[in-house]
Amino acid sequence: MPEHRIITRRLRDVPQSWTLDAALSDGAYQAARKALAMEPSAVQEEVKTAGLRGRGGAGFPTGVKWGFLPEGSFPRYLVVNCDEGEPCTFKDRELTAQDPHQLIEGIIIASWALGVHKAFVYLRGEFAEPFDRLFDAVQDCKARGILGDRVLDTDFSLDIVCHRGAGAYICGEETALIESLEGERGMPRIKPPFPAIAGLYAKPTVVNNVETLSTVPHIVSRGGEWYSGLGYERSTGTRVVSLAGHVNRPGNYEIEFGCTFRDIIEEYGGGVRDGRAIKFVIPGGASSQWLVDADLDAIYDFEVAAGLGVMLGSGSFMVFDETTDPVQMAWRLAKFFSHESCGKCTPCREGTGWINKILYRILNGYGRPNDWDLLLQVGGQISPGVTKAPFAGTTICPLGPSCVAPVASLLKYFEDDVTSRLRDSSVGDLIPVVNADATVHDADAEVESHV
Amino acid sequence: MSVFTPRNVERAQALIAQYPEPKSALLPLFHLIQDQDGWVSDESIAEIAALVGCTAAEAQGTMSFYTMYKRQPVGRFLVSVCTCPVSMVHGAYEILHGLEARYAEDPDVTVEEVECNAACDKVPNMQVNYEYHENLTLASAIQIVEEYKSGARVARGISGGRAESGASNA
Repeated sequence: MPEHRIITRRLRDVPQSWTLDAALSDGAYQAARKALAMEPSAVQEEVKTAGLRGRGGAGFPTGVKWGFLPEGSFPRYLVVNCDEGEPCTFKDRELTAQDPHQLIEGIIIASWALGVHKAFVYLRGEFAEPFDRLFDAVQDCKARGILGDRVLDTDFSLDIVCHRGAGAYICGEETALIESLEGERGMPRIKPPFPAIAGLYAKPTVVNNVETLSTVPHIVSRGGEWYSGLGYERSTGTRVVSLAGHVNRPGNYEIEFGCTFRDIIEEYGGGVRDGRAIKFVIPGGASSQWLVDADLDAIYDFEVAAGLGVMLGSGSFMVFDETTDPVQMAWRLAKFFSHESCGKCTPCREGTGWINKILYRILNGYGRPNDWDLLLQVGGQISPGVTKAPFAGTTICPLGPSCVAPVASLLKYFEDDVTSRLRDSSVGDLIPVVNADATVHDADAEVESHV
Repeated sequence: MSVFTPRNVERAQALIAQYPEPKSALLPLFHLIQDQDGWVSDESIAEIAALVGCTAAEAQGTMSFYTMYKRQPVGRFLVSVCTCPVSMVHGAYEILHGLEARYAEDPDVTVEEVECNAACDKVPNMQVNYEYHENLTLASAIQIVEEYKSGARVARGISGGRAESGASNA
């Protein structure tokens, strides 16, 4: 099964793909010229026809999102989400660092279609190298008349600001990202109003993911019809899957929607290392529920995934073999969400911390007899019913419910791993809660010091 | 006297000018001062707040939300070891604990555990002043840190700014 080469073609095939000269000789900015000769509404229509869905996680149709901007309200902004923090997602890093001109071209086209004259790219703070590559690319474009007062010799003007965050997963949520870009703590806003109505500086704002915008030039140059002919039903086109874990060939693979989950592991990833059996797969980043081997012949498609109770999210794809301890994995995911909770909503701020602590003591043999019930109770306060996590929640954003997803997955597939540990637990029910920020290896000393 | 060097005063002004509202420059300004000084002091917070037109409390309120900013001096080299799921099952905790033990008494090196570094196909991995180092063993991780210490590798600023300028974003 071949890899597709649409948005990954230049960065795979062209040496020094991040430089302006290499990109130009490869045809960069031809699609932008074509778009600038079209009516903005016609560009929007092509993207709608393509059926392109946001690649940041939610999978919302991009053309529809663009259509939400109110007419006649200016200024308006385009914000590019490169705050790639979902565990096991590393595609936007590669797309930005290796092919920044594809992204800039997508930004030009989207800005033209939307009537935007100032765009912001928000990169996670740790992306020092992608930031430098993009920053330099923007400077080169300004010097060559590709950005600035007269974009590609037209009357259209566009400025792009590159902005680094400073270490906060929650800023990948679009309203938290806007707060952060305004110089605030990155806490999600209550919607409505949606960013399309009142986003950055309370102005109409579109927030799009890096991969989404990197796809747009190809839709303009080859047509929305062509793009919608790729993929599977309502999941059109290709996407970059960040495949990692216990596979022989981890990496970013551009796949066409419509293959199976197993194809991704076997055909692209080269199968599981040492021919071992698969224990579970986390198909959409830390926020998704898990799949087991029996599920893997399902089609890789947004709707099929939702039917399985999982999500495709940002394209993350983690494969874990039979040597993996599901309780340890659930704890590590909960630790992530506990660390990254912004603290705005009580169920998440308190609940993610407790899920982390309870899983930690179960994992290390100090669980209390009622800990499994307690875990489900705390989880249920964030994501009612638990099993619907991360799709049901009592919080403003999905971070809290995402922390319940690993608990729901334990409940569905690995309850025995939890209950057997509780049966073997070495303590009664009066043990103090230990410091869950400590790591596994500190556990015994930590607990003994409390006893 | 500004907390910024004369060159960085210019950079700071350029950063603020990028945004319709000056407060948007808070995060880049904190990166700038951290690359310059290695950490963020009370004096820096007060001056940055004045530059963007908010109170020191507001500026600190924003800054304290984000894990990359250091409120105490750290070593010249900040080693950030990813222990997220894929790294964890490939021995990241052994590397984290090995580095912590090796550099516990070394004032030049600060080792920290971080969440996903977005390099899960090349695990275990770490960043040194936000430069990636991937597919590590404990021995290769120590060797890389030693190369920074000896000057064989040139480090970025503590906030990830370019090595040659000592400051990012400008």
